[in-house]
Amino acid sequence: MIRSIFKILSLTAVVALLSGCNLVVLDPSGDIAAQQGDLIVYATILMLIVILPVMALTVFFAMKYRESNKQATYSPDWDHSISLEIVVWAVPLAIIICLAGLTWVATHRLDPYQDLSRISEEKPIDPEVEPMEVYVVSMDWKWLFIYPEQNIATVNEVAAIVDHPIEFKLTSDTVMNAFYIPALAGMIYSMAGMETELNAVINEEGTFKGISANYSGSGFSQMNFDFHGKSKEDFNAWVEKVRDQGVATLDVAAYNQLQQPSIDHKVTYYGEVDDGLWTRIVNLCAGDQDLCLNDMMMVDALGGGGIEGLFNREMYRGICSAEDPGAFIAILRPNLKEREDEIFAAMDLPPQMSLVDQLPRGAN
Amino acid sequence: MATAATSSGASEGHYAVTDVHWFWGKLNWDIFPFYDPLILGTFIATMALGLGVVGAITYYRLWGYLWREWITSVDHKKIGIMYMILATIMLVRGFSDALLMRIHQSLASAGILEFLPAYHYDQIFTVHGVIMIFFVAMPFITGFMNYVMPLQIGARDVAFPFLNNLSFWLTVSGAVLIMISLFVGEFAATGWLAYPPLSGLTFSPGVGMDYYLWSLNIAGIGTTLSGINMIVTLVKMRAPGMTWMKMPIFCWTTLCTNILIVATFPVLTATLALLTADRYIGTNFFTNELGGNPMMYVNLIWIWGHPEVYILTLPVFGIFSEVVSTFSRKRLFGYTSMVYATCVIMILSYIVWLHHFFTMGAGADVNSFFGITTMIISIPTGAKLFNWLFTMYKGRIRYELPMMWVIAFMLTFVIGGMTGVLLAVPPADYVLHNSLFLVAHFHNVIIGAVVFGIFAGITFWWPKAFGFKLDPFWGKVSFWGWVVGFYFAFMPLYVLGLMGVTRRLSAFEDTIYAAYFFTALIGALLIAVGLVAFLIQIYVSIRKREELRDETGDPWGGRTLEWSTTSPPPYYNFAFNFRVHDIDAWDHMKRNGYKKPTEGYTPIHMPHYTSSGVIISAIATIMGFALIWHVWWLALLSFLVTLAWSIGHTFNYNRDYYVPVDEVRAIEEGRGRMPAAPAE
Amino acid sequence: MSVQTHAETAEEFEFHVFEDAHAHDDGEEHHHETGTMLGFWLYLMSDCLLFGILFAVHAVIGQNYAAGPSPSDLFEIDKILLATAFLLLSSITFGFAVINMHQNKAGAMITWLLVTLAFGLGFLFLEYLEFAHLWHLGATPMASAFLSSFWILVGTHGLHVTAGSIWLIVLLIQIQTHGLTHENKRRILCLSLFWHFLDLIWIGVFSFVYLTGVLL
Repeated sequence: MIRSIFKILSLTAVVALLSGCNLVVLDPSGDIAAQQGDLIVYATILMLIVILPVMALTVFFAMKYRESNKQATYSPDWDHSISLEIVVWAVPLAIIICLAGLTWVATHRLDPYQDLSRISEEKPIDPEVEPMEVYVVSMDWKWLFIYPEQNIATVNEVAAIVDHPIEFKLTSDTVMNAFYIPALAGMIYSMAGMETELNAVINEEGTFKGISANYSGSGFSQMNFDFHGKSKEDFNAWVEKVRDQGVATLDVAAYNQLQQPSIDHKVTYYGEVDDGLWTRIVNLCAGDQDLCLNDMMMVDALGGGGIEGLFNREMYRGICSAEDPGAFIAILRPNLKEREDEIFAAMDLPPQMSLVDQLPRGAN
Repeated sequence: MATAATSSGASEGHYAVTDVHWFWGKLNWDIFPFYDPLILGTFIATMALGLGVVGAITYYRLWGYLWREWITSVDHKKIGIMYMILATIMLVRGFSDALLMRIHQSLASAGILEFLPAYHYDQIFTVHGVIMIFFVAMPFITGFMNYVMPLQIGARDVAFPFLNNLSFWLTVSGAVLIMISLFVGEFAATGWLAYPPLSGLTFSPGVGMDYYLWSLNIAGIGTTLSGINMIVTLVKMRAPGMTWMKMPIFCWTTLCTNILIVATFPVLTATLALLTADRYIGTNFFTNELGGNPMMYVNLIWIWGHPEVYILTLPVFGIFSEVVSTFSRKRLFGYTSMVYATCVIMILSYIVWLHHFFTMGAGADVNSFFGITTMIISIPTGAKLFNWLFTMYKGRIRYELPMMWVIAFMLTFVIGGMTGVLLAVPPADYVLHNSLFLVAHFHNVIIGAVVFGIFAGITFWWPKAFGFKLDPFWGKVSFWGWVVGFYFAFMPLYVLGLMGVTRRLSAFEDTIYAAYFFTALIGALLIAVGLVAFLIQIYVSIRKREELRDETGDPWGGRTLEWSTTSPPPYYNFAFNFRVHDIDAWDHMKRNGYKKPTEGYTPIHMPHYTSSGVIISAIATIMGFALIWHVWWLALLSFLVTLAWSIGHTFNYNRDYYVPVDEVRAIEEGRGRMPAAPAE
Repeated sequence: MSVQTHAETAEEFEFHVFEDAHAHDDGEEHHHETGTMLGFWLYLMSDCLLFGILFAVHAVIGQNYAAGPSPSDLFEIDKILLATAFLLLSSITFGFAVINMHQNKAGAMITWLLVTLAFGLGFLFLEYLEFAHLWHLGATPMASAFLSSFWILVGTHGLHVTAGSIWLIVLLIQIQTHGLTHENKRRILCLSLFWHFLDLIWIGVFSFVYLTGVLL
């Protein structure tokens, strides 16, 4: 009895509090997040179909069959009923079948790697419009955003055009983080040496909060940034502002500077970005003379770099961008030189792996 | 604001830069974090308390008694009770950490004060998670399984009594290492599962991670051994006539839990061993460099981690089943489907681990597969819930404390289950993952099921263990404190999660969340009332034990064999071997006019007590400490001593004896020495 | 005699099992022994899982050479074949020991156990040579993910063999002091399970790590 009063009290308290606040997850400004929020509501309603009766039944049985109620039937040996047990298993099963269907469809429709299928509920997608690419790097403890088309970079601030698809490519300079703008779309991890992807669109102008949602060390709590939804003109003006106020070109040196851990890093603009810096960041070779990850994987796919590779790994730098990857076979596996074509065919190299000149390099 | 040089200096572990001395390792005078008044205060309080306890034991000359009767005991009942004591102590520690976090977040979110630096706060949430899972929930359920299961199957001990003692002390060893980390050095600041590369040497060079690894490695070995022990006990030592489908439901859940333990703890051991190798040898399993793969760690740790959730919940489902049927005075509804549900959960729990990281970017097919398998688990769980409901149906429900916990559990758990299924929908998880919604969910499940179940179990079996009931007044205070406190503490977190607030934050930009955090703080304080009331309940009950005395051995009208012996049971449990005819064996015996035999006693085969378990574990603790602080000579020495002692132990061939008939008769006729004096 | 039913209506149940003391003696020991074997099996399964994880890890990162050496650069397959032969033979000789144990021929059994030990130590010596060679080359566990995985997997197996050898020595001493008692027989059977288990694991190591490494 008392406990149900408490429950009602706490429920009213919750409702009272809810009305005064902004549940950004359920009422976001981007279409992807909106669909995800709706999904939460639908799934909850679906489950309440079984949850509420169970709760009601619990309370009802608990009251009715209390010891003091001698009117209630008492059958101490009744412990089995085929029909009831079928119900007991079938009801959750039915709900889960519905929910599983919903899950399958929604997971595929809202796959962050997929291109958007619509701008918003009312607005279809324009197949002519290419999504705007933004490269995102989580660092200790700040976010770096690189705009390849605009050739600018920013720290702890990011902007996008309203109703224009955005394609985030994410990686990490250090530990794992999660890139999350609650108003825009769900989160996705950023990991060193990996590239993850998030497609989204913002439907309203405004400034929204962005965070790291995965604990990453002592500066984690301050690892926030502002995400601006802007009209096309405003966005262009913002790009100009970044160019004007940009402190420097974001090159390897500037990046190395940025790699120093810092907490609550102030918003910083870079008016220009070195070509290929992103690729080097993803491959963990922006800062030093180490071997790039893609080159390393290439060498490994060719059968490793041999004992000597232990001592001069940097010898293999640039193998991915080399004009003639076959030449490396000659270094790596001289005895297999004549089987070069066969090896490459067997490796089934994705075309971009042998693309020339992705990575401009200094004298080496 | 702050630059890296000052604030992150601490987080990067200032112990790492110190040289490793050949004799002292990394130990030096700077490792004691007493510059922090909070830790200094805790240290003084702990020391005072510790000295008080030691003084009292010495004053009352209890050392010999404790050593002979408890520490070296291989009696499953005493070991079970010791597990419970360990868990209770660690619960106080883990809860203090929780309270600190709630206070900190309330003050910080209101912009009043950030009284814990990030470096300290991060350790607190890490240690809170580790302690609550490994050293509170695990010992509690292991304690129950130890105490109750052999009694329920009519056995006189577990299959390997010495191993049982060793398992317990190894668990203590892990707990001791964690407690030491509070005052000597630091603990990990990585989150309770310590994802690399954050937990690797590059990003966490301090000793905190090493405390984490060695403490869990040592305790994990204990848990695996105990799992093997329980399975063998259940397979080999059931009373004649107790077929699988006549085994009490708690034993079934124990069996499934221990199968899960044996099938998953090696994964944890292997994973942590590889991380240990990364940190100590410099290997590249989980590093960013040279081909390491941190994602592999996340997969491996959750292959252990998700079954772990069911390792904790299955036994409490068993407890609830026993309590519901006893207090409804009715057979458990759908025993068979309950057994199958338990087994199905056990199997399914193995194929859902990926739902802990949908956001890592696996494809939609993989994500939906794991999302759907996760949802399927809710089918047997739902069936269980219905079964409890229909056990109450047409029953005669007595509202004593254990039953109150059950009702609270059923109402609370469904909410946690619902949010859990919600989180299993990958697109929903994208917005709720790592948020306070998630935190609210798993506390909803762990407090709502595991903690409530533990309290139900303690009040239910206490009279069996000590011969008197627990005081109902303080029990009810504790009950309402916990239940109401839970709702106040975690419902706001659900809301905060929907507001897009992440977990593990120690600083906030704006103050709009403050009201919720303060509500949560009120909840935490109510839980504190519940926890303190629980401790008072135990104290008061011991004081009033003559009033609360139960002479029958069967105070609740129990249904299974543990209620057929005296309370507390004699050290050999039962003078006679049972022949079992029904699931509710004791109920069946009572109904068919059972009278205890007065003749026909036989000598009883019992194991000797041994001090090897506690000594091996103590040396293992020293070894762990030496490894954490890189005191290599001591590590090697203590390893060799452990090895030598273990080998020495195998030279002891005189491990068991027969209790003479006269002694059995004397005890059974109430003339012999009282077995098992009450503790605590 | 054990019927304690006094209710006239119900059918009569026996609620207790009474055994006479002598049968009790044997029964208890037999009972316990099967428990030990089952427990040891369960331990082996958990150990097997541990190796399973190490194998899985090797499958994931075993080809991440980090531009360093691959198996074909490092492994001298003929020496490893010799080590494999040592271990396989030791399993057979352990089998002979167990046969002799069942026939209560303590002397022959001890001889076979000594041969087993010799093979085991020989295996360990060859493994030591290989590790020393790799270390000398610079192919340390720190050098690449592949080498980390290789060293830890093979090293863990090696540690198990070491533990088995120590156990064997201890057991030989115990047989000397206590004779071929019931308990010692059980211990020999446990160790034999352990030894064969290590053999099985080694076959896995040999095929998945060495052979596939060198052939692919």
